[in-house]
Amino acid sequence: MTDATAPHPSAPPARMTPRTAARDTAGVAKRNLIRIVRTPRLLVIGALQPALLLVLFRYVLGGAIRVPGGSYVDYVVPAIFIEAVLIGGMTTSIGLAEDLKSGIIDRFRSLPMARSAVLAGRTLADLSRSLLSLAIMVALGLLVGFHFHAGAGSIIAGMALVMVFGYAFSWLYAAIGLATKDPETAQIAGILPFFILMFASNAIVPVATMPSWLQGFARNQPLSITVAAVRALLEGGPAASYVWQSLAWSAGIFIVFFTIALRLYRDANS
Amino acid sequence: MPAAMIEVEAVVKRFGSTTALAGVDVAAEQGKVLALLGPNGAGKTTLVRILTTLLRPDGGSARVGGYDVVADAARLRSMIGLAGQYAAVDELLTGRENLELFGLWYHLDKREYRLRAQDVLERFDLTGAADRQVKTYSGGMRRRLDIGASLIARPAVLFLDEPTTGLDPRTRNDVWRFIEELVATGTTVLLTTQYMEEAERLAHQIVVIDVGHVIATGTAAQLKAQLGGATLEVRVADPADLDRARVLLAELGSSEPRIDRDEQLLSIPTPGGTALLLAAGRRFEEERIALDDLGIRRPSLDDVFLALTGAATTGAADSIPAPPDEAATIR
Repeated sequence: MTDATAPHPSAPPARMTPRTAARDTAGVAKRNLIRIVRTPRLLVIGALQPALLLVLFRYVLGGAIRVPGGSYVDYVVPAIFIEAVLIGGMTTSIGLAEDLKSGIIDRFRSLPMARSAVLAGRTLADLSRSLLSLAIMVALGLLVGFHFHAGAGSIIAGMALVMVFGYAFSWLYAAIGLATKDPETAQIAGILPFFILMFASNAIVPVATMPSWLQGFARNQPLSITVAAVRALLEGGPAASYVWQSLAWSAGIFIVFFTIALRLYRDANS
Repeated sequence: MPAAMIEVEAVVKRFGSTTALAGVDVAAEQGKVLALLGPNGAGKTTLVRILTTLLRPDGGSARVGGYDVVADAARLRSMIGLAGQYAAVDELLTGRENLELFGLWYHLDKREYRLRAQDVLERFDLTGAADRQVKTYSGGMRRRLDIGASLIARPAVLFLDEPTTGLDPRTRNDVWRFIEELVATGTTVLLTTQYMEEAERLAHQIVVIDVGHVIATGTAAQLKAQLGGATLEVRVADPADLDRARVLLAELGSSEPRIDRDEQLLSIPTPGGTALLLAAGRRFEEERIALDDLGIRRPSLDDVFLALTGAATTGAADSIPAPPDEAATIR
């Protein structure tokens, strides 16, 4: 018997510091990044979905949609960017539901790691998936005739805003995954907020074409605000007001769903 | 006096209107193995989940290594290991990556967790597969890795929830050996099992639990003694000889034999070991009574289990393995 597994009689219980919590989170992120890299098919299919929507809106529906001032491709592509990171976020809910089902979340909960580490590590790792997806959409967008009209700084700010919004939303998806506890249900449940926010918005058609009872929601909901902000940043128009509103939405969504998801994690399977 | 590493007092857990644990008391001393034995749905896993801080008890109190499962949950977690019935390791990661990450999450520094991961791989005979993804592992390798991951921080108390369920006999034996070696170094182990053989081989103390109640506690020998001692069993080849055999056994033994005519079986208590067996063998031969079987039968832990859990277990009886052959039989 080596001492490899002999118990520590006097192991001092480590105190949880922000540093330890960050290290735990980095460990979880590493685990999930390895998983992402080793399932390239999932990565490709994940990027294919927004690509399909882009082609669909650009070539199938785009011809029938009139937008005030400017071309439809410049109108819809920024919305596709946001949609790409939201679809990336859906993998967060499916992944967490899978972990819950496989029993590995129970195992994690029995470890002395920070309570937030499993969720934060997961959402951060999935951010890399969204980033890749976004990069592919930019390339594809340019290919189908999209043009950036603003300066580099403004474009980078626009992309950053897309990522911030996507990250905030990944906490909504984390909560969905933990609440549904089942990958199939998580997938279906995750599509609901996506559909509502995507279609009842300014993302695909101008809000002015909608019935008046819908316009209030469609104009002011977080995705519409963010689409407006990103369009303005990429077009080079006045963006500050929309940008601040979008950031406020992202912060609010993050705080609310971080709290809910953490609570669901703490009480998972009990 | 050895320290109590697991102390469970009057723990109650309800799920809706079902009572999973109805006031359970359990204790385990340092360096001992405590086996929770019971049929499916008895409450074994629920108790393990409470002791590993995954569930909060609705009543009573429980401590592991002196730490309360509710008030000191965070500190408790750094001194326990948990391995379950479903190997909860990451399929897409390699064995080594799994172990190193567990080391990190137990807050070991990098040098330390690398060394220990290597140690665990060697101890559990996984060095050849260390850098392969776990999805390529066999069931036995996964289970070994799973147990190995729970040992990476050298926990003082290890919880094993049905550690050998679904394993082949050889792997089961390997796991048993690991547990024995671990206990020899001072680790306290609580394991749940449906296998009597497992409880008998490993446990210093067995707690039989059924529908949320502790129905018996003791060593394997103590539990078996509750059912009485050994009996001599005789199966005659020809049913016509049953009565002659009964008279003969009554002369040799100290009481009237029991007869099962359908089975052509006679049995009589034999407190004196094999003396009665040998005498009976001689006498049956002299009397030319042909026998199908003659042997001593000691109550197995299965008998104890079935007697204790009675009707409540009939639904789960199919999951109880055949008893080990304990009869000293002359054929």
